[in-house]
Amino acid sequence: MENIIEASGLTKRFGATRALDGLDLTVRRGEVQGFLGPNGSGKSTTIRVLLGLLKADGGTATLFGGDPWTDAVALHKRLAYVPGDVNLWPNLTGGEVIDLLARLRGSTDARRRAELIERFELDPRKKGRTYSKGNRQKVALVAALASDAELLILDEPTSGLDPLMESVFQACINEERQAGRTVLLSSHILAEAEALCDRVSIIRAGRTVETGTLAELRHLTRTSIWADLATSPDGLSQLPGVHDFTAEGSHVRFQVDTAHLDEALRRLATLGVRGLTSQPPTLEELFLRHYQSDGQSGDADAEKVSR
Amino acid sequence: MNALTGTWSLTRLILRRDRVILPLWAVLIALFPAAVAGSFQNLYPDPRALAEFAASMQASPSITGFYGPIFGTSIGALTTWRSGVLLVIAALAAGLTVIRHTRAEEEQGRRELLGATVVGRQAPLAAALLVAGAASVLMGLIVAASMNGVAPGAGAVAFGVQVALLCGFFAAVAGLAAQLTQSARTARWILGAVLGGSFLLRAAGDATGNPDAVLSWISPIGFLQRMRPYGGERWWIAGVAVLVTLAVAATAYKMSERDIDAGLVAPRPGAPRASRLLSTPLGLAWRLQRGSLIGWLVGFAVIAAVLGSAATTASSALEESDQLAELFARLGGGTVLSDMFMVTLIAIAGIAAAAQGIQAAIRARSEETAGRVEPILAAAVGRTRWSAGYALFALGGPALSMIVLGVVGGLSYGAGSGGAGKQVPRILGAALAALPAVWLTVAIVLALFGLLPRLVGLGWVLLVTFLLLGQLGAILQLSQWALDLSPFTHIPHLPGGTMTWTAVGWLTSAAAVLTAAGLWGFRRRDIG
Repeated sequence: MENIIEASGLTKRFGATRALDGLDLTVRRGEVQGFLGPNGSGKSTTIRVLLGLLKADGGTATLFGGDPWTDAVALHKRLAYVPGDVNLWPNLTGGEVIDLLARLRGSTDARRRAELIERFELDPRKKGRTYSKGNRQKVALVAALASDAELLILDEPTSGLDPLMESVFQACINEERQAGRTVLLSSHILAEAEALCDRVSIIRAGRTVETGTLAELRHLTRTSIWADLATSPDGLSQLPGVHDFTAEGSHVRFQVDTAHLDEALRRLATLGVRGLTSQPPTLEELFLRHYQSDGQSGDADAEKVSR
Repeated sequence: MNALTGTWSLTRLILRRDRVILPLWAVLIALFPAAVAGSFQNLYPDPRALAEFAASMQASPSITGFYGPIFGTSIGALTTWRSGVLLVIAALAAGLTVIRHTRAEEEQGRRELLGATVVGRQAPLAAALLVAGAASVLMGLIVAASMNGVAPGAGAVAFGVQVALLCGFFAAVAGLAAQLTQSARTARWILGAVLGGSFLLRAAGDATGNPDAVLSWISPIGFLQRMRPYGGERWWIAGVAVLVTLAVAATAYKMSERDIDAGLVAPRPGAPRASRLLSTPLGLAWRLQRGSLIGWLVGFAVIAAVLGSAATTASSALEESDQLAELFARLGGGTVLSDMFMVTLIAIAGIAAAAQGIQAAIRARSEETAGRVEPILAAAVGRTRWSAGYALFALGGPALSMIVLGVVGGLSYGAGSGGAGKQVPRILGAALAALPAVWLTVAIVLALFGLLPRLVGLGWVLLVTFLLLGQLGAILQLSQWALDLSPFTHIPHLPGGTMTWTAVGWLTSAAAVLTAAGLWGFRRRDIG
């Protein structure tokens, strides 16, 4: 599969701050790639480097096989961008901004524009200064989605959208995926990434710590088990891959690495199961494990796979 | 909750944010009058020479038009008279401070952040007026104290009061302007129009040679000038000015009890589709800057019309005074006396045109810091294509203004002396000859934008420096190399003087190089 975006070892400093510290990112043609990380982890900086707005201090980045810094204009004809913080000109209407951005990129699809304005329930006659944050976001989204660009770069596009609009957004992205467009979706809303993304990259402090398909990443996480047992849970806590074991009477609660799930379940069966709840691993859990406990030893195996 | 709760905290916030710029303008400008007074003492140690000089100045309506009438022949009276233009800048600075901390904050959304805390609805305006008022009083005190050292007496106190009231009044006007419109930019335009209008009214009134012209009396600047420091002080004027200032401030305060973000006019819906013009970076630049461009051009046309006709009044009076003729010949090398008025007009207009250009150049930077350049450059728009649009407005806007000045000034000047057919080419040529200095000043800011974007604000410091060098450099007896630092020193004294092509050529080349450096730098640096 052809790589639309390839970045490896990107570094960028702002004075003493190291915003990017060896970041890797690959986006393949036709996929929706999630780009996850908490506030200030370097998502927007990476996107700005990819757009040629910032010049990386080190590492390499290619976009459609070209150099995002030197070939910016030619490359930008093939992409559309929604900034994380949408600022509009106070005295231009939303409709004017949508048209302007489309014309600057080179193409307009009037029907698609009208359709998107309706779907997002946007009033295009209001001036920039009177829009709410969510409505400013919609202006930028309509402008990007109405384009015929091959690549959409969306920087936290749903911050400020209400749940209704967020579902409209998700429907739109799914349509784009079917139409074969490539999407780089930066977010810190994990449910959104789980719903939309084929693959995700998780970054932290300017460095990629995890990347893969959702199934691959789930594999790295643990399933939560709650069970009501007929006998005492002897030896269960000593099983490999079992964490955070607690027992309260006949009730046990623990987490188990996906690799050892089978073994744990078989052991449970021998103990006599009267009740069982299992919770599948979520992205959130993975995310929290990377961010909550900075450098604690329990995360050693996750660290290993990330490289 | 009291509407003023939190005023003191907000005042400290303003002082914290303005800790550099506020002392800079308030203290520095306040120290200038005493320096001017010292120089007058050096230049005219003999009271008779001083009186002669005062008389010759007073005899020229063109001079009184620009600087106001002279109310005495003492050092103090002359200093008060000559410092007038400078104090208008201080008044502008006081007004801009108020708008910066009221409407601009509100437009940026920071007012909302503060408004949700324990802060009264009217506290932000109160705090801004408090700071501007305190700065005005501080300036007045410095002026009074320093002038009392050079020229002691009640005049020093009156002068200080005059300065404080001038700044305080325009701070109050700015506070009112900030209530009228949703946009800080429009509020600044309103302030500029009131200030410029006051100056023009006074200039037109004083150019008649009658110190009690109605036009001068109804101008706030002219009114305060008639306090006559060192020339038989009229204290009642200070009383009236205090009352008027308080009334304006109270109106603003009353109006600030309103919805957040609201202005007098509710926003109306606009066009759902962009016009064909709004398809290119240049089209966007035009759309964003056309209002301010038209504003500047109208301003230049009005100034040229009013002062051009004042020059014709001046010319008749000038020709009667041989002594003045001799003085002017020595000062500027001009041969036709009435032309001197136009030379001064063009020099000051050049500074204004440079302000216009700097405003447009800095606009590019504020678009960038507001995050509005990102979506443009993320489309298929090259950096130079975008920045060149702003450079075009920054350099072309002042050129248009100088052309308007030349044509309108030539017409109104020519109507009274020599006919428009003769004067329009002369005045237009003179206005265009000043343009390279304007361009160079703007080009320095364009270069900063490309190479050291954080420092673009220095453009204003630079402009004020050039203005001071031009207005006070000779009086302060600065050495030639210091005067030479200002590009405006090098422009030919037209009309009337000789055209110096080499200087004009050098200025233009330097401007071109700096502009190119700015565009080059912008291609190579990070955005944001």
